[in-house]
Amino acid sequence: MKMTVLKSAIAGLALVATGVMAEEGTVGFEINGDIPIVTRVPAAAHLDGALSEAISGWEYRDSSTQAMQMDDFDNPAMLAVEQAAEVWNTAMGTVGKSCADCHGDVNESMIGIRATYPKWNEKAGEVRTLAMQVNNCLTENMGAEAWKYDGADMAAMEALISIPSRGMPVNVAIDGPVASVWEQGKEMYYTRYGQLELSCASCHELNYDNLIRADHLSQGQINAFPVYRLKDTGLVTTHGRFKGCVRDTRAETFAAGSPEFVALELYVASRGNGLSVEAPAVRP
Amino acid sequence: MKSIIQMAVGLAMVGTVAMAGEVAPDDVAYDEYGAVAVSLTGVAGDPANGIKIMTERSKGNCIACHQVTALAEFPFHGEVGPMLDGVGANRSEAELRGIVANAKITFPESVMPSFYKTHGYIRPGDAFTGKAGTEPLPPLLTAQEIEDVVAFLMTLQD
Ligand code: HEC
Ligand code: HEC
Repeated sequence: MKMTVLKSAIAGLALVATGVMAEEGTVGFEINGDIPIVTRVPAAAHLDGALSEAISGWEYRDSSTQAMQMDDFDNPAMLAVEQAAEVWNTAMGTVGKSCADCHGDVNESMIGIRATYPKWNEKAGEVRTLAMQVNNCLTENMGAEAWKYDGADMAAMEALISIPSRGMPVNVAIDGPVASVWEQGKEMYYTRYGQLELSCASCHELNYDNLIRADHLSQGQINAFPVYRLKDTGLVTTHGRFKGCVRDTRAETFAAGSPEFVALELYVASRGNGLSVEAPAVRP
Repeated sequence: MKSIIQMAVGLAMVGTVAMAGEVAPDDVAYDEYGAVAVSLTGVAGDPANGIKIMTERSKGNCIACHQVTALAEFPFHGEVGPMLDGVGANRSEAELRGIVANAKITFPESVMPSFYKTHGYIRPGDAFTGKAGTEPLPPLLTAQEIEDVVAFLMTLQD
């Protein structure tokens, strides 16, 4: 653990040097007393002033939920992380290889990965989420079956892969080959879906920090995903959360892993550029 | 006999087509400010039922977004819309009917849902199932439920 922290600190420094402004943000808390988490950061220029600050969902949770996220011993997501660590080392599929056979120690090879996804995959010529990348390894490199996009296995693996990036600034690219997908996601963010005619922005841009019934609205950032949801006693993926929010507008939702949700994920991730990776976080 | 058959047909279509004697969603006459002068049903609103509609999640769920001191016994009032205390004194019945039926005519771009509207949605769903719905959808509130809510709002005099 010590080693990992040191490495991610070094990786973090390298990113700062290339212009990610982690030093501009406010450290809201530390995980395990040694991973500083930036929970407020000046909003990225590409938001054109739509937000003045990007703010982590952690800020809107009550103090007992916040505390569970501050110590891995209290974070119920860590059970799934441990299970995924075993899966990481287990040979799967016809090729007879494990993740570790190609990627070695997850805490070294996956440093910084969670912070830059979704991102362009040159060979495939498409924007890939972390979950797509995992499924691609399973089917193309291991001869195994793909996992359910927003199922428990995938959520746990995403949580494991997030650990070595905790504390690093989210730094998703929005230009070059991903630009049109990012634009698609942006348009979705402002589309008023369903019979209630509410967009993501209706709740998470115009009304964050307001109560809607008993819920304290956050900015709907995804730097903390997958999250452990106490109500569901399990991990919730980004697309799982998107499905719930679209359903709550009395709309026909999109499928987890659909091109639409991939585009929306890229756009929503970019709204949080500069916030620290917090996954796996805890939610009520 | 004929009228009974017509009634039965009317009942079968409740939710998609207005009851006889009701103003259908597409026929509501909004004035240039979004107000609706004439009752949607001709039947006086029931403020007690209005309270139910204001507070129940499966109905108007108005307090999800609005604070109302007179409804303090019902937990969890939201902050997305303005507090409604005194709204019956500050606005006319016609204005309130128009706002509850379709707030976006009075307040363009409002996040407040349109409660008496059946089509023109993007990816309309089948209630909260996440599955596709088919337009025309039943309006979120019936004509009489809107009258009941308006009757309750008119009691909010201070
Ligand atoms: C009717 C209001 C509403 C709409 C519309 C809505 N959400 Fe949410 N969303 C919520 C509520 C309530 C929560 C739980 C409290 C919170 O974190 O804001 C939430 C939580 C989230 C979260 C989890 C944040 C965290 O830190 O745990 C994400 C991500 C999110 N929403 C994204 C979206 C996206 C993307 C859209 C549009 C497709 C959307 N939401 C539309 C109400 C809404
Ligand atoms: C999703 C949020 C939301 C819900 C649900 C909602 N409203 Fe509103 N309401 C608003 C907002 C926001 C405004 C302010 C108008 C604007 O958008 O500029 C408003 C305005 C109003 C006004 C005008 C207040 C004034 O001071 O002029 C009335 C009356 C009202 N709402 C009644 C209701 C009733 C009755 C219901 C339920 C049947 C309801 N609202 C449901 C968000 C909501």
